[in-house]
Amino acid sequence: MSESIIQITGVKKIYDLGRAKVHALDGVDLRIYENDYVAIMGPSGSGKSTLMNMLGCLDTPSEGQYYFGGEDVAKMDDDSLADIRNRRIGFVFQSFNLLPRATILRNVELPLVYAGLAKKERAERAQHALEQVGLGDRIEHRPNELSGGQRQRVAIARALVTEPSIILADEPTGNLDSKTGEEIMQLFEGLYEKGNTIILVTHEEYIAQHARRLVRLRDGLIESDTPVKR
Amino acid sequence: MKRSRIRRTLNDFEESARIAGEQLREHKVRSLLTALGVIIGVWAVILIGVGMNGLDTGFRNSLAMLGDDHFYIEKFPWRNVGDDWRKYIRRQNMESYYADEINEIISQTPNTGLVIAVPTIGFRRNMSYEDQTANGIQFTATTSDFSYISTADIAEGRFFTQTEASSGQNVVILGSGVMEALFPDEEIDQILGRRVKISRIKFTVIGVLESQGSFLGLQSFDNQAIVPLPTARKFFIGHRYWNGTSIRVVKQPEIDREEARDEIIGAMRRVRGLEAGEENDFDVNASDAVEDTIGPVKAGIAVAGFIITGLALFVGAIGIMNITFVSVKERTKEIGTRRAIGARRSSILTQFLMEAVSICLLGGLVGLLLAFGSKTILDHYAPNFPASLSFNLMILAVSLSVTTGILSGFIPAWMASRLEPANALRHE
Ligand SMILES: Nc1ncnc2c1ncn2[C@@H]1O[C@H](COP(=O)(O)OP(=O)(O)OP(=O)(O)O)[C@@H](O)[C@H]1O
Ligand SMILES: [Mg+2]
Repeated sequence: MSESIIQITGVKKIYDLGRAKVHALDGVDLRIYENDYVAIMGPSGSGKSTLMNMLGCLDTPSEGQYYFGGEDVAKMDDDSLADIRNRRIGFVFQSFNLLPRATILRNVELPLVYAGLAKKERAERAQHALEQVGLGDRIEHRPNELSGGQRQRVAIARALVTEPSIILADEPTGNLDSKTGEEIMQLFEGLYEKGNTIILVTHEEYIAQHARRLVRLRDGLIESDTPVKR
Repeated sequence: MKRSRIRRTLNDFEESARIAGEQLREHKVRSLLTALGVIIGVWAVILIGVGMNGLDTGFRNSLAMLGDDHFYIEKFPWRNVGDDWRKYIRRQNMESYYADEINEIISQTPNTGLVIAVPTIGFRRNMSYEDQTANGIQFTATTSDFSYISTADIAEGRFFTQTEASSGQNVVILGSGVMEALFPDEEIDQILGRRVKISRIKFTVIGVLESQGSFLGLQSFDNQAIVPLPTARKFFIGHRYWNGTSIRVVKQPEIDREEARDEIIGAMRRVRGLEAGEENDFDVNASDAVEDTIGPVKAGIAVAGFIITGLALFVGAIGIMNITFVSVKERTKEIGTRRAIGARRSSILTQFLMEAVSICLLGGLVGLLLAFGSKTILDHYAPNFPASLSFNLMILAVSLSVTTGILSGFIPAWMASRLEPANALRHE
């Protein structure tokens, strides 16, 4: 068994809405191992995005422990969390979240801007990442000049550019047709084969079948955690 | 590690400047309207600065005319006497011969701080040459000693001699303005020896003064002429004319002003034969009296300027704070995205601060342009007003706008930097 890089135990996320308390996560235990490929499924509102945000250090638990690479996340300051998101995690969102005014190259460069790299190296690495997703020739375009599938590939290039070990994707194919979604999944497959750890949220069974492990959530709890039968 | 920290800060600035530029381009009208307060504030502060500098320079030039080492013993003080005027009007008149008596005292005083006393009497007359006239010329009737103390140099010709003065010769020295009025088309060296008329009496021009400029571009110092005192008494003012009589006393440059003033007062009291305890029945005026009168004027302008500028910048700051809040609201999801890919709080703070500052800088630059324009107009309509838009003023304008930007942008930028990344990402 390989090393566990993410370990959460008894994690709760409770939103206090005054009238009622929403238990978005109600005591979740989860271990993610190096070169895992996990699909998270569950009904709407079951806490998938909340869990992803937690794993990606975008959110802090109301209760419970989170160890990232063996370190207690609760003890890290905000800048360290920003650095983890910058270097060790790559995010892919359902709605791509590209900057509309910036060129493709600029969008992909952005994590390196925050990493403190010089212009020349940034451009080289962004170019390289874009070639990996098959968009090396579109660098001066703006997001609105690309199709949805192309935009998501730009977002994946942006997630890859700092060479993180973990890719977190919250419904990466949710806004795409099934053919384009399939192309995106091929990219993830390639990353998995290169040794990356991938966690993705999806509503589609056929998307989840690309993963090696399937976690089902219901009402903020893990309902099942099983290997994917192929 | 250290290298990358510096690099990261540089990158933050670069990225923030880029975003600020994009925002300005995208929201041109909105930015300009928001910057209005700063525009007016900067415009006002520069114009007021230019005005105050101009007043200052103008006054300093004028004070130089009065002479740094010169005192003027006169019946009235050079300040507004208000209701006390009756007391002053009852004073004994100034006599021109006091100058001789004071000179006598000076020569008898060992270690005196004074140099010389010279009488002057001012009066106004019209002048003419052939069919050219110059009306209301300010005349100074004085002795040949005046040449030692004059603050205006002779440009051409000479001053009158003691013999010319005591024998009451009809000689005159013209100010450059008078010369231009009477001899519009002639060169200065052709004018010496010409016979001009002062109230129908003929005088020979023996000298012309250097141009003295004007007081704030309003009143010229060059519409003056100088004649010997005995001649003036003979033709114009007689022996019983005291208005405008002044005894000018010059101190030695290294002597302290107040010390010299005390010595002058002592000498004048002896001339008047005042007993100890008796009040002075004369005033010893100097350029500092004029400085005192300009003080309140400058303070008034400064206060008014401060209020206008302050109000404009305050209103501007509130507008900019508001627009920065709007900007944070509009781009909450973008903030979430940036945070997700590694932006620190400080990066977000810098981004929105820079945005506020850039609007203010835009306002500052427009204000500066307006000020340049206004100054050009001012130069056109009041060419002699010593207005100057100094480099310091521009620096002041720029730093004022940057400060306004930082102060007004700070709260929204701070709040943007404190947003929880997960919440910001949920924002639509
Ligand atoms: N900031 C918040 N304030 C209040 N409630 C929240 C907040 N974020 C999430 N919730 C609630 O927490 C629960 C879980 O939300 P979450 O977004 O994780 O669901 P999800 O499984 O991702 O759903 P979907 O499939 O629709 O994306 C929901 O009931 C949601 O309303
Ligand atoms: Mg979700």
